Amino acid sequence: MLHIKNVHKQFDNGFLALEGINLSIRPGEIVSLVGTSGCGKSTLLRIVAGLDFPTLGEVSIDGEPITGPHPKVGLIFQEARLMPWLRVAENIQFGLSHLSRLDRQERTEAVLRKVHLSNFAEALPRQLSGGMAQRVAIARALVTQPDILLLDEPFSALDAFTRTQLQDHLLEIWEGDYPTLLLVTHDVEEALVLSDRIIVLRPHPGRIHRELRIDLPRPRRRSSLEFQRLKEQLIGELDLSPAVPDLVKLGGVGSGG
Amino acid sequence: MTTTLRHSPSRLSSLPWDRVIPWVVPAGLILLWQILAQVGVINSRILPAPTDVVQAAIRLTLSGELFKHVTISTWRAVVGFLIGGSIGLFFGVLNGVSRPAELLADSSIQMIRNIPHLAMIPLVILWFGIGDEARIFLVALGVLFPIYVNTFYGIRAIDPGLIEMGRVYGLGRRQLFSQVILPGALPSILVGLRYALGNMWLTLIVAETIAASSGIGYMAMNAREFMQTDVVVVAILLYALLGKLADSAVRWLEKVTIAWHPSQKLK
Repeated sequence: MLHIKNVHKQFDNGFLALEGINLSIRPGEIVSLVGTSGCGKSTLLRIVAGLDFPTLGEVSIDGEPITGPHPKVGLIFQEARLMPWLRVAENIQFGLSHLSRLDRQERTEAVLRKVHLSNFAEALPRQLSGGMAQRVAIARALVTQPDILLLDEPFSALDAFTRTQLQDHLLEIWEGDYPTLLLVTHDVEEALVLSDRIIVLRPHPGRIHRELRIDLPRPRRRSSLEFQRLKEQLIGELDLSPAVPDLVKLGGVGSGG
Repeated sequence: MTTTLRHSPSRLSSLPWDRVIPWVVPAGLILLWQILAQVGVINSRILPAPTDVVQAAIRLTLSGELFKHVTISTWRAVVGFLIGGSIGLFFGVLNGVSRPAELLADSSIQMIRNIPHLAMIPLVILWFGIGDEARIFLVALGVLFPIYVNTFYGIRAIDPGLIEMGRVYGLGRRQLFSQVILPGALPSILVGLRYALGNMWLTLIVAETIAASSGIGYMAMNAREFMQTDVVVVAILLYALLGKLADSAVRWLEKVTIAWHPSQKLK
């Protein structure tokens, strides 16, 4: 169980990024944080990851407060962040130095199968496409067998087709052993396709504005009427200023977090 | 050229043309030089024929003189390089990973870097006399800065996302350095190494022609006094050869250590 209790974050320059965030996520749940730029969604994810610290409040996993990167938490960023000098298999084993060689190899083969990249174990990152690199990043996060996966706009750097593919792929992986997924995104469709719950944040300061429960059965059809209705509702909750009306039509909302 | 290749692929493609073609121009120039020297268009005092240069090289080799001078020059180069290179690497790494160290030392190093090191020759002779210490000091000075600058910027240019990845996996400072920072900075360090090796020979040539009683530079200056133009040309060719050897060594090093880098061709 992941608990976020009364988290405030004020940066050194005085900017109040988050105020009074309370959120509990049960094991196996898929939760998305959405909001316009500056709403603090990425900051919140970094705090949960132990890469940043709240000014006030606490994040805990199974009752244990987070003080730094947690071994039971896997991280996937917008960029794949693979070490360019390591081959795919070596990149995946990066955090496994405590295991025996045989264990490492077995686990690596298993996760590579999961992301359909078994033939690329010996490839260098520069030989991979953006989508493949991101799948390696997913495999690297999965290999430590985390209870919680944190994803910071994981597919936003990819083309629309690859993005859709990887979203489906992520669900396929999730249906294997049901890790908790906490996802930051500015893509409304992505949030709707994946999530059990969508947390809408609003900026100045970053606060939880609304929580939407998505009860549609999976796999979800993007073209269904119900999906479209929820999409409209979600866009309505985001409080888009008139400066960005074009983006609404395209299905994306703002950029960055 | 392309049409010829297309018409008779079986015979011509068996030759490694990519390797042959770069040698066509230098070989032609040497041939022209030989002809012009033999018919007397070029005075042998100005430039001896290639065959005379080869003969001089053979003579010097057989007498053991060449070997002696090359050995002593190489020794000076290597010692100076090791001293200057380690100092440059040390400060490059230190200032690269530590902001306080950078604040303290970088601007001073940059100031010294902007002095042409060969301008220090009079001062260096006053300090060390005209012995090997002076030459080694100059070589070390010439090697230090390219290594320093490229190590420093190599470390600073590492993607902060990769360093954060290291933190995510709980790497300690030492592991972070050996597994992320050093491999990430290596391509840049090797660029520095290449510049440093160029500087190394350049500095040594100048230092040996000014005050020395041995070494390739001395051999050339000594030959000049006796109007042995062929020996002077041998000395110049030797520097070219040694420089090329050093460069090939770095290329080989790049091939084995940074095959992953975009500058390297993948098989």
